[in-house]
Amino acid sequence: MATATAHAGHDAHHDHKPSFFARWFLSTNHKDIGSLYLIFAFMAGIVGAFLSFGIRMEMEEPGLQYFSNPATYNVFVTGHGLIMVFFMVMPALIGGFGNWFVPLMIGAPDMAFPRMNNISFWLTVSGFCCLVCSLFVEGSPGANGAGTGWTVYPPLSSAAGHPGPAVDFAIFALHLAGAGSILGAINFITTILNMRAPGMTLHKMPLFAWAELVTAFLLLLSLPVLAGAITMLLTDRNFGTTFFDPAGGGDPILYQHLFWFFGHPEVYVMILPAFGIVSHIIATFSRKPVFGYLAMAYAMVAIGVVGFVVWAHHMYTVGLSLQTQSYFVFATMVIAVPTGVKIFSWIATMWGGSIRFTAAMHWAVGFIFLFTVGGVTGVVLANSSVDKYLHDTYYVVAHFHYVLSLGAVFIIFAGVYYWFPKMTGHIIPEWAGKLHFWLAFIGANVLFFPMHFLGLAGMPRRYADYPEAFAGWHKVATMGGHVFALSMVVFLIGIVLAFRSKTRAADNPWGEGATTLEWTLSSPPPFHQFETLPKIVDEPAH
Amino acid sequence: MTDPGERQKQAARGARWTVLACAGVVLGMGGLALASAPLYDMFCKATGYGGTPQIGAAPGASTGEALAPVTVRFDTNVAKSLSWRFKPEQSRVEAVPGQTATVFFKVTNTGPAPATGIAVFNVQPDLMGSYFVKVQCFCFDEHTLQPGESAEFPLVFYVDPRLRQDPDIGSLSEMTLSYTYYPSKNGSPVAEVAKPRAASNF
Repeated sequence: MATATAHAGHDAHHDHKPSFFARWFLSTNHKDIGSLYLIFAFMAGIVGAFLSFGIRMEMEEPGLQYFSNPATYNVFVTGHGLIMVFFMVMPALIGGFGNWFVPLMIGAPDMAFPRMNNISFWLTVSGFCCLVCSLFVEGSPGANGAGTGWTVYPPLSSAAGHPGPAVDFAIFALHLAGAGSILGAINFITTILNMRAPGMTLHKMPLFAWAELVTAFLLLLSLPVLAGAITMLLTDRNFGTTFFDPAGGGDPILYQHLFWFFGHPEVYVMILPAFGIVSHIIATFSRKPVFGYLAMAYAMVAIGVVGFVVWAHHMYTVGLSLQTQSYFVFATMVIAVPTGVKIFSWIATMWGGSIRFTAAMHWAVGFIFLFTVGGVTGVVLANSSVDKYLHDTYYVVAHFHYVLSLGAVFIIFAGVYYWFPKMTGHIIPEWAGKLHFWLAFIGANVLFFPMHFLGLAGMPRRYADYPEAFAGWHKVATMGGHVFALSMVVFLIGIVLAFRSKTRAADNPWGEGATTLEWTLSSPPPFHQFETLPKIVDEPAH
Repeated sequence: MTDPGERQKQAARGARWTVLACAGVVLGMGGLALASAPLYDMFCKATGYGGTPQIGAAPGASTGEALAPVTVRFDTNVAKSLSWRFKPEQSRVEAVPGQTATVFFKVTNTGPAPATGIAVFNVQPDLMGSYFVKVQCFCFDEHTLQPGESAEFPLVFYVDPRLRQDPDIGSLSEMTLSYTYYPSKNGSPVAEVAKPRAASNF
C-alpha cells in the first residue's frame, strides 16, 4: 500500500462556496452531490421502509387485516423492492459514498464530469418521483400501482395483467434511474482511469476505488440490457409488438433471460461497494493494512466477470435442459471462491491486529457474519434440484435479505459511522452507533432468520394471506421488524446529537490505521481539494 | 516528469477516449438487448433449442435398418379471442424415424364473422426439437375462414433417424407436438390486436 505526502491544508483559505440554491440544486461539487445522494437515499429508504412495514404488519397474522385487496399488497412488495434497490442502496453506496470518497481516495480534485454528475443525481430523483406516481394510478384491474414484483415479468406486467398505466410509470422510473446510473458509471470509470494522483497506480489504489470501478463496469454492461428489455415490454404494452407474447411468436422467457442478465450483476452492483468499504473499516480498526490487497482487488474483478455468466440460476424452473442447469449450478458455485477469498482476507486482516471495537467496526464485523450466512444459503439455492423446491419461497426472501438488507444496508451504516466525522466534522456518539448496531443486529436476525423455516416449510413469497400453519414464525418475524425499526430511531438520535454537540472531529479521528488520502484532509474537507495533486510514494515496510 | 499543464491535457485526452469507449459499450449492450428477440428466434430455429421443430425437405433414402418408432401425440389449442374449433384427425401416430408421415387437422370457424388465424408450435420434450423435421405445415401460413367454414390442413413431417444416436433422448418412444391458433392480421401474427385500453396508457 502507499501513503501520500499531501499538502492539502492550504486549499482551505480560498474556499468560497456558491449561494444555497446554486450549491445544492445546480451542484457540480462531488462532495455536495455525494451528500445529496446520501440524503436522497435516506429519504427514499424511509419510503421503502414504510412499505416493508406494511408488508410485515399484514403478514403478522393469517387473513387480510390491512389490505382489502391483495393486489395492493403486491404493489407494496414491488415498491419496496424497486425503491430499496434503485433508490436506496445504489444511491447510497455508489452515488453517495462513491462520489464523496472516490475522488478523495485517488487524489483527484473532483469527478471527471461534474455537470454530468449533477444530471445523474437529478435523473435518479426524477425516476423516484415517477415510481411514486405509479403507486397512485391504476395497475391491475381495480387496484392502483404496479404489483409485478421488482422483476416486472410479463405476462403479469404486460397489458393482460396490468392494463393500467402504473407499469408504464414504473418502466419510465427504471429508464430514468438507469440513465442516471449509466452516466454515473461513465463518470466513475473516467475519473478512476484518468485522474489518479501522480504515483497512484491501479495496484496502489484503495480497495473502495477498486470496488467502485468494478461496479461501474457492471452497470455499464448490464443496465443497457435492462433498458432494452423494459423498452420492449413498453412497446408490447402500448404499440402492439409481441416480443414477449407467444400469440405473436414472442416468448416471455426471453424477458426473464434479459432481466436476469441485468439482475444478477445488479446484486453485485449493490454488494461490491460494500466490500470496498468493509475492507477499509476492518483495516483501519485492526491497525493493519488489508490482508492480500491484490487478491482482494482481483477477487472483486472475478466476482464481476463471473457475475455475468450465472444469470439463469434465477430461472431454474423455466425448463432449462439438464446440461444448461448443470452449467449454471457450477458457474454459480464458482463465485463462492472469490467471495471466500474476501471473507478469508477480512478475517486475516483482523488476525493479530490491534482491534478497536468502534461503532463502525461493530457494523463491519456484523456484516461479515451476516453476509456469510446469506452467502451460504446462496450456495444452497445454487443447486437447481434444491432450488426447484425453494424457488419463490421465503427461503429466497431470507437469502437475499441476508446479503442485501443485512449486508449492503449494514455497510451503508458502517460507512456512515466511519466517514461521518470526515463528511461533516461532527462526531456521532459511539454509544448511539453501538446501540443502533445491537438493536439492528438482533432485530434483523429475528426478522429474517425465521423466513428460512417458512420457506423450507413451503411458504411462497408475494402472497398477502397464508395458511395458519405458518403463523408462528411470521409473528416472530414481525416482532423482529419492530426492533429493527426501533434501531433506526436510535440512528436518528445519534445524528441529531452529533450535530448538536460542540466537539469537532480531528482530521484523522481514527488514528494510525486510517491510511487513505481522505484522512490527510481537514474534517470536513475543503470545498475544493487537491488543487496541488498529492504525490504517492511507496512505503517500504508493510 | 511532465509539467502540470501537459498532464492536464493528457488527462483530458484520456478522458475523451474513455467516455467514447464507455458510450460504445452502452450502445452495444443496448443494441444487443434490442436485437435479442430476432437473434433468439434465429438461434432456436437453427438449433431446435427450446423445442423448436426444424423445417426441411423430405428425408433421403433410408439406410434399410428399421428403427424403433416414436409415438407422436398431437395437442391442439385455440386462443380465447378466436372462435375456432381445431382438432387433429388422429390423436397420435407412430412415426418410424426417417420416414415421412402425414396428419390432417380439421379447423372450423364457429364464430359469426370471418377470422384469420395463424398457429404457433412447439414440441416436448424440448430436446426433440432438433430431430423433428417439418416438410410441409399449415402453420407456415395464415388462413382465413368464413363463418361456419371448415378446412382440413395437412402436416407432413419426419423424425430424423439421428435421434436414435442421441445420448440423452435416443431411447425415447413418445413425444408431443403442440399447436395453438392465434388471431392474425396482415400476415404477421399479432396478439389480441384491438387494445383500446393500451392506447390510453399514454
